Amino acid sequence: MRIVVCIKPVPDTAARIKVHKDGARIDPDGVKFTLGPYDSRCIARAVALKGAGEVVALAAGAAAGEAEAKKRIKDALALGCDKGIFVPDPAPENRDPLAVAKALASAIQGQGGADLIFCGRQATDDQALAVGPMLATLLDLPCVTDAVGIEVTGGSARVQRAAEGRVETLEVTLPAVITGQRDIGDEQYPKLKEILAAGKKPIAEHKVEWAAAKYAVAGLVPPPEKAPGKIVGEGPDAVPALLNLLQTEAKALAL
Amino acid sequence: MGEYRGADFFELDDLLTDEERAIRDTTREFVQRELIDTRAIELHHRAGTFPVELAPRMGEQGFLGPTLHGYGCLGLSSVAYGLIMQELERGDSGVRSFCSVQGSLCMYPIHTYGTEEQKQRWLPGMAKGELIGCFGLSEPDHGSDPSGMETKAVPDGKGGWVLNGVKRWITNGTVAHLAIVWARTPDGIRGFIVPTDTKGFSAPLIEGKFSLRASVTSELVLEDVHVGPDALLPGVTGLKGPLSCLSQARYGIVWGVIGSMQAVFDEALRYTQQRSQFDRPLAGFQLVQEKLVWMHTELTKAQLVALRLGRMKDEGKAKPHHISFGKRNNCWAAREVAKLGRELLGANGVCDEYQVMRHLMNIESVYTYEGTHDIHTLVLGEHLTGLAAYRG
Repeated sequence: MRIVVCIKPVPDTAARIKVHKDGARIDPDGVKFTLGPYDSRCIARAVALKGAGEVVALAAGAAAGEAEAKKRIKDALALGCDKGIFVPDPAPENRDPLAVAKALASAIQGQGGADLIFCGRQATDDQALAVGPMLATLLDLPCVTDAVGIEVTGGSARVQRAAEGRVETLEVTLPAVITGQRDIGDEQYPKLKEILAAGKKPIAEHKVEWAAAKYAVAGLVPPPEKAPGKIVGEGPDAVPALLNLLQTEAKALAL
Repeated sequence: MGEYRGADFFELDDLLTDEERAIRDTTREFVQRELIDTRAIELHHRAGTFPVELAPRMGEQGFLGPTLHGYGCLGLSSVAYGLIMQELERGDSGVRSFCSVQGSLCMYPIHTYGTEEQKQRWLPGMAKGELIGCFGLSEPDHGSDPSGMETKAVPDGKGGWVLNGVKRWITNGTVAHLAIVWARTPDGIRGFIVPTDTKGFSAPLIEGKFSLRASVTSELVLEDVHVGPDALLPGVTGLKGPLSCLSQARYGIVWGVIGSMQAVFDEALRYTQQRSQFDRPLAGFQLVQEKLVWMHTELTKAQLVALRLGRMKDEGKAKPHHISFGKRNNCWAAREVAKLGRELLGANGVCDEYQVMRHLMNIESVYTYEGTHDIHTLVLGEHLTGLAAYRG
C-alpha cells in the first residue's frame, strides 16, 4: 500500500511565541521547530499499515523556512517513512490553507496518487483544521476527520473517529484522506540507526504553480495576558472569603 | 516544571550537522521519558540500584559503543557520541557512566586490541546491551598511579593464564558478564577478557556510596582465575593499553558533565523565576542573578571546549593533553555549578524531588574518577613545562 503523510514543521510546545514586527506572522527568530505532533502519530500508524508498500512524507510550503521543512522531512524519514517529497514555495508568507491543499494535491497526483493519505488533525501553530478536508475535496476523495484508529482490508478501511460522547466506526472506500487525532498512533522517537538510515533516503522536489491566496492574515496580536490570581487567605479560615468570591465575582457558584 | 530545553547561548546548534542534532534530540527524548518522567532515576538513586532493565533499551537505541564500526555498532562521529553522553548525564551521571564503561572502556579495547574471534564473540551482544562489561584497572592501593598495579597474570604453560589480584572502584562490576582486567605479566601489563562466571572471580559491591547511587561500583577479586589463551587481548602491551581506553572515556566525560550542568542550571533558573520571597521572584535579586550568570557562563564555556575538542578528535588532532584540559575544566565547572544550583534551591535543594543534590553528589565521583582534577593539572603542567611533576 502506498501511503502519503502530509507533514508541517510547527514551533515546539515550549517555544515562546512573539509576533513579528510586520504584525502578520510569528517571529521565527529563536523558535525551535518540530514535526507536528499529530503528524508524527499519523506516521507511526502509516508505517504500521504499509505492509509491502511505502510511506511518503510530503511537505508543501515553508512558512518556517525551506531548510526547516527539509529537516522535518528527515525526521519523518527517521520515523520510518521511505521517501520524502518537498514542494518548494517562493513566497511562503502569504499562503492560505486552500493554496497549501492545492499544492499537496498536485504533489500527490504527480507521484501517481496514493491508497491512503494522512494529515494530522491540525497544525499546532495556526490550528486551522482546514487542509485535510480541502485536500480530500480537491482529490474528490472521502475524508474521515479526527480518526483514532484504522484497519485496512482490501480496498476499504474501517476507521474509528472520536465524536462527542462516542467513538464512531466508519467503513470507507480507499483511497481516502484521514486526519489523525492523538490516538491514531503512538508518540515516538527514532533509534540512532534510523536517524543514520534517514540520511540515505531520497527527498524529491515537486514544483507547483502556487495558487494566489484568497485570504491573508491582516493582523496578529498575542492572546490577552491572564489576569493574576488572587490569594484570599490560607487554610480553612479562607473558605468563607473564597466562597463569597466564587459566588459574587467569578459567578461559578449560585448565590 | 515545563519542558526541558538546553541552554545554547552561542547558538552552537548551528555548528552541528542535522544528523548530530537529531541524535541529540532523540537521546534527550529517551532520557526524558525513560528516566525522568517515570521517576526511574529518582527511585534507583534512592534505592542505590542501577536500572539494569535499561541496558537492552539503551542498546536498542544505539547508545553502546556508538563510535565503533561494525559488529552492530554505528560508526558515529565523536561529536555525536559526545552529545549522547551529554544527554544521558542530563538524566544522571550514573547512567552515563554505565555507557562510558560499556563503550569506551570495554568495547573499545576489544575492538582495538582484540582478535576477530574476540570481536565476534563479545561485541554484538555488548552493542545490544545483552552483555555488560566492566573495566578493571584501579586497585585498592593504586589509583592515580596504575603503574604500580599488583594484579598478576602468570602463564599456565598451556597457552592460558592464571590471574590473581584485587581491583577496586569498578563501575558495572556486579552486573557485568565480562571484565576487561589489566594485569602484570612477564612481558609487561596486558589486558584480559575475563567472563565473570569464571571460577575464582567475584565482584563484591561497595556499599554506602553517597555518589553515583544509580550505578553499581564494586571490587573485583581474582583468586587463581584460570582463563584460556582466547582471553588475552593480543594487540597491546603496557600501560598505553588502558590509558588509550581512558582517553576515550574521558572525552565522553567532557561532554557528559555539560548535561549535568544543563540539568542543574535549568532547574535553578526555573525555580528562582517561580519562587517569590520579599514580594518578588528570587531571580529578581542581584545575588541570585550573579549566581545564575556565573553558572550559565561556565556552562557556555564548557560547551565551546567540548565542541572544539570533539571536532579535533574527529580530525585525528586531539592529544591526551587536550582531553585532560576538557576533563579538568568541565568537571570543575560542573562541580561549582552543582553547588550553586543546590544553593539557589534553598532547603528544597536537598530533597530528591529536585535534581540538584543528586547531580552535586554525582559530580564528586566524576571530578575524581578517570584521572582526578589534580592529576589532569599535572598532565597539563608537564605539557607546558616538559617536566613531569608526578615522576620521581
